[in-house]
Amino acid sequence: MPQGIAQLLAQLANADGALVRRGRFLEVTFLLEIGASAYLIRIHRGRIEAIAPGPHMQPRWTFALRAAAPAWAKFWQAVPPPGAHDLMAMLKSGDLRLEGDLQPFMANLRYFKELLALPRAAGAAEER
Amino acid sequence: MAAPQFEAAVGRYLPLEVDGRHYRLYVEEAGRGIPLLCLHTAGSDGRQFRGLMNDEALTSEFRVIAFDLPWHGKSSPPAGWQQGEYRLTSRAYVDTVMALVDALGLERPVCMGCSIGGRIVLHLALEHARRFRALIGLESAAHAEPYYDLDWLHRPDVHGGEICGAMISGLIAPSAPPGERWETIWHYMQGGPGVFKGDLHFYTQDGDVRGRLSAIDTKACPLYLLTGEYDYSCSPADSRELAARIEGAKLTVMENLGHFPMSENPALFLRYLRPVLEQIRTAR
Repeated sequence: MPQGIAQLLAQLANADGALVRRGRFLEVTFLLEIGASAYLIRIHRGRIEAIAPGPHMQPRWTFALRAAAPAWAKFWQAVPPPGAHDLMAMLKSGDLRLEGDLQPFMANLRYFKELLALPRAAGAAEER
Repeated sequence: MAAPQFEAAVGRYLPLEVDGRHYRLYVEEAGRGIPLLCLHTAGSDGRQFRGLMNDEALTSEFRVIAFDLPWHGKSSPPAGWQQGEYRLTSRAYVDTVMALVDALGLERPVCMGCSIGGRIVLHLALEHARRFRALIGLESAAHAEPYYDLDWLHRPDVHGGEICGAMISGLIAPSAPPGERWETIWHYMQGGPGVFKGDLHFYTQDGDVRGRLSAIDTKACPLYLLTGEYDYSCSPADSRELAARIEGAKLTVMENLGHFPMSENPALFLRYLRPVLEQIRTAR
């Protein structure tokens, strides 16, 4: 972790047929920041096509999700505690920062909520 | 052939005039006894109370009534709606509830509302306390700050049903049974364009009741508050602050429930609701 989590995310997402189908119109690159680590994640037709770990010299992304590592660790617990259980809850508390052009994020909000929650079932928090 | 096994609830349409406007409201009820008028959350409808209407222990003591606010569920928007922007106001909401209480001839009903409904019961406590036997605010706070740009809920480049469903999904506790969770989300996905956003005008602006709380008299009408621990829209902290400012208000924080207790997990919610209703039923 956190190198592992991005690869895990890609594996889980691309194996999830229903998620990929819901994201079939999605073409975007977004930045996922987990504390000091950042990943550029490219999605093509609902599949994670590429993950580029930082440091990035001149990153280009449409939107960014940024939170500290402990905040993501709580979010990825199998049963997260209140306030860490949803991206919007983390946004309200200030634990999550959303930046950039949010239209693709908001238009596909269910996709992104479910994508980022995938590591929960895989026990990602315990692995750390 | 066996008779069809209908659920207990029966629904009818009620023409209702409120503040000089004509509405066609959908009203559903089950059971007999003390009237329990139920108010749904922003952007949803009366189906949220299906679990209560199907609970025989509850409907043997209470006449459970739920209606869809105008613009919601099977209630129509008023004629001319196509030219305006829907925005719920405190005045319209209070007057709609009272017009319905009068039209149904309800004698001192209990009124239980959730979220925007949990807010409006505070307005009812201020303006019409003696008309109610008790008021129950679910997920109730005196005010709510928006934490995202509400315009996302109603714009042509974001699907309204998808965004409303996805936006509220996190307000449901993680342990909610999947069937009830997705039924709750589906109601949001079915809302009309801009209706959830219009309700949030009341929730985040017009319905702010912080300055009037000291005038609520719980001796005139008891006030119960129940809030789910996973609710971050109206958090337990928000409800605690509310309860601390109203003498006699009784707050219960509900574990493993979120913003839609009656809909996301009716069986668990009823465990918290039954003792409250029992107190109300047996009070002098």
